[in-house]
Amino acid sequence: MISAYEMVIGLEVHVELKTESKIFCSCPTKFGAEPNTQVCPVCMGLPGTLPVLNEKVVELAVRAGLATKCNIAFFSKQDRKNYFYPDLPKAYQISQFDKPLCENGYLDIETSDGKKRIGITRIHIEEDAGKLIHHSEKGTMIDYNRSGVPLIEIVSEPDISSADEAKAYVQKLRTLMLYSGVSDCKMNEGSLRCDVNLSVRKKGETLLGVRTEMKNLNSFQFIGKAIEYEFKRQVEALENGEKIIQETRRFDESTGKTYSMRTKESFADYRFFAEPDLGSIELSKEYIQKIKDLLPTLPDERKKKYTEKYSLTPSDADTITSDPAIAEYFESVAEKTSFPKIVANMLQSEIMAMTENGEFICDIAPEHFAALADMAGNNIINSATAKKLIKRMWENDIDPIATVNIEGLRQENDESIIIEWVKKAVAENPKSVVDYRKGKKTAAKAIIGKAMANSCGKANPLIVQQLVERELEKFDKLC
Amino acid sequence: MIKKSVYEHYKALKNKEYSSLELTNEYLKEIGKKDEELGAYITVTSDIARSAAEEFDKGKCRKTILSGIPMNIKDNICTKGVKTTCGSRMLEDFIPPYDAFVVEKLKSEGAVLLGKTNMDEFAMGSTCENSAFKITKNPVDSSRVPGGSSGGGAAAVAKNEAAYALGSETGGSVRQPASFCGLVGMKPTYGSVSRYGLVAYASSLDQIGPITKTVADNAIVMNAIVGHDKRDSTSVLRKYDDFTVGIKKGVKGLKIGLPKEFFDGAISDDVKSAVMNAAKEYEKMGAELIDVSFPSLNLAPSTYYTITCAEASSNLARYDGIRFGHRAEKYNSIDELYKKSRGEGFGQEVKKRIMAGTMVLSAGYHNEYYKKALTIKSKITGDFKKLFGECQIILAPVSPTVAYKIGGEKEPLRDYFGDIYTVSVNLAGVPAISIPCGTGEDGMPVGMQLIGPHFSESLLYRAAFAYENMGKAVDIYDFSI
Repeated sequence: MISAYEMVIGLEVHVELKTESKIFCSCPTKFGAEPNTQVCPVCMGLPGTLPVLNEKVVELAVRAGLATKCNIAFFSKQDRKNYFYPDLPKAYQISQFDKPLCENGYLDIETSDGKKRIGITRIHIEEDAGKLIHHSEKGTMIDYNRSGVPLIEIVSEPDISSADEAKAYVQKLRTLMLYSGVSDCKMNEGSLRCDVNLSVRKKGETLLGVRTEMKNLNSFQFIGKAIEYEFKRQVEALENGEKIIQETRRFDESTGKTYSMRTKESFADYRFFAEPDLGSIELSKEYIQKIKDLLPTLPDERKKKYTEKYSLTPSDADTITSDPAIAEYFESVAEKTSFPKIVANMLQSEIMAMTENGEFICDIAPEHFAALADMAGNNIINSATAKKLIKRMWENDIDPIATVNIEGLRQENDESIIIEWVKKAVAENPKSVVDYRKGKKTAAKAIIGKAMANSCGKANPLIVQQLVERELEKFDKLC
Repeated sequence: MIKKSVYEHYKALKNKEYSSLELTNEYLKEIGKKDEELGAYITVTSDIARSAAEEFDKGKCRKTILSGIPMNIKDNICTKGVKTTCGSRMLEDFIPPYDAFVVEKLKSEGAVLLGKTNMDEFAMGSTCENSAFKITKNPVDSSRVPGGSSGGGAAAVAKNEAAYALGSETGGSVRQPASFCGLVGMKPTYGSVSRYGLVAYASSLDQIGPITKTVADNAIVMNAIVGHDKRDSTSVLRKYDDFTVGIKKGVKGLKIGLPKEFFDGAISDDVKSAVMNAAKEYEKMGAELIDVSFPSLNLAPSTYYTITCAEASSNLARYDGIRFGHRAEKYNSIDELYKKSRGEGFGQEVKKRIMAGTMVLSAGYHNEYYKKALTIKSKITGDFKKLFGECQIILAPVSPTVAYKIGGEKEPLRDYFGDIYTVSVNLAGVPAISIPCGTGEDGMPVGMQLIGPHFSESLLYRAAFAYENMGKAVDIYDFSI
């Protein structure tokens, strides 16, 4: 029955802007400082203080708008969103209500279902709130370091219809923000946070169903899980004749389920009105053009180059272009080797795994990485050795050619040498031999592993496999 | 000694007739003697005053006209290290870690701070009766109010407890107490004096202004506090006049408009005749009187209260008992903490305005009230602009009556409509000066106001100075230092 339904998803993504100072005062924005060490009377909302807009915030928001093909408003204004919460010092958040900075943009995504264009309704600037820290003995404490950190909120059209599309959208958005230098987009530090609005309807319906909102999803995995769960939950509810209630739901990372957060005041009235302490934001055509001229090459263009010139698969190209730092590094290595595909594979399987959720920094000299790729590509070393070496190079930028020579890591292709390692492995593992003889063909794997170990990882694994099979066949015949 | 004006103190200090410390001690003595009865001060800063005076006497600070002269500041203007209560239990113990822009300016000129003055809680009121701490008496008749909300500062200056005062206006809170106490009060053009450090009531209207004994004094203080401040985004960047320059030029040929709506309705006869007499004096001095009309006057109070309450409901939301200010002793939830702290910390008038403001901003009422009020605000601004095409300045009463009796008719609408002549000026953002123009009922002072277009303070000072110094020799004034 679930296949009779489709989901309609709109995303609200909050991105922390990469500014030195906060949006309305000169306090620093560095992540991870001691609580309440990056605060001043303005971002603490002390009586008599006034906000002054950091112009860099407007510049970065305009960059974000241009990267997502938005119209940039020549005239926009800031508004107060009023609500009480201890992490919000002024008891109102300065945001933008009816005149946002950017409107009507889009971005293109590609999933297994093909290419799709997702509309972007608006991008507006606003200030972040502080953070509540719940302590078992001391009670609730508040850290205002984040209060006043500049954010943009990027609101999508309800164009997304699967968890994969949602993930691809956020991934693409993240990439665009990284390329345009808007944000460092570290999901683990909360500098990219995602709210999912989801409703379901019978396929073929045109009216939208009642939506629920899941707030602050901070990893791609959780975005996917939350959507899958919520879709199922809503469909089941409808099938059971229940009504979906418009509400905010919390996604529990440990159970993978969503839970209602509904309170009596679920329909908050934020009493928006124009912020009287700030003037309107008026931008000239020249100002916008200047920012446009300074935008770097965006990922779609790079992807084209990587698939055409370096023969990467579209999915590998997507991964490499997802972060401009990775793309820059990849290019610096790729142009020095004849095997860019090996570089792409090693970057993805080895290096990116070590920098996941963090900033991509690779201290391996591009010449060294390129030399390693050449040795692997020319069968001078085997893939296991290449993997071991790249890990050692990551720790300490050693010269792979010298290391291979000094430590004798060259791949051994001589059958007369390899057969000795194989025979030793067969002799030492009678149980696997017996298993193999009983028809358990996978038992050969253990022998191959032992033989590789006997060679200290240097043997050509293809030859090892052939010789092991040949040796085992001999036993077979003997029986 | 303490009866002198700022300008006279300046001359005396310059001629070494007395030292700043002697002068300061005289004022402190007077405060000690009289203020318990008058109730002008919430906090007296004797030590700070004496050390500033000593600094001046040692010749350490910059010499301007204001250097070494004792003054006071309304208790909603932040003073570093000195309690700033806003006349509220909510901020009874609040000590700001920074100085307001105007305080920085005055300190840099070597001004001597005597203390912080009483006011209606969060500047909401026009009698000083809404203070959480004390009732300030009118200096002329202690059974009457001094006006408000800057009533403490006005009463102190009139009773010689300071040479001048800094007040603040949202809808007449400088001009009206100046008028009730027989003083001069200026509401500057919105954006000409930084609001940085002024605790907000209604941000789009709030403005700091001086209360002084004379027009010249007022111009001198304005010179010190006016100017662009990058910490206030509504502060206007421009070259500001020296307000003492040309102050003696007189009013010959000046076109003064008398809007008929300001002289109709609930105005008392003695106020009306005092202001009309002043108009005749202007005519005698060579000014031209023009009958004009200001049809939107009656819309001003309701527009004013809609906008100020809306902004106040948001501005005062930060007093939640979390980071500073009053916090209830017992609570079981965050909601209860908010409700109790705010319930205990705020007085009746403040609560009333927060509730009204919350309502006019609420979904379903927003368009009908708040948005409509903004439309009328633009209309009022437009009406003033039109008027200033017909005349150069406007002459009008400040208040329909003289100072009210303390605890008088508990009629909230009295206070609201008592503001009818002042609030339109704030809505339009134009400057206006209140100056004494005789006495009315029981010898109580009557004030009139001169209203001009944006940034016309120099002209207003010139016209006010001409009236104040009619038939007097003005050559005594020499503002060059």
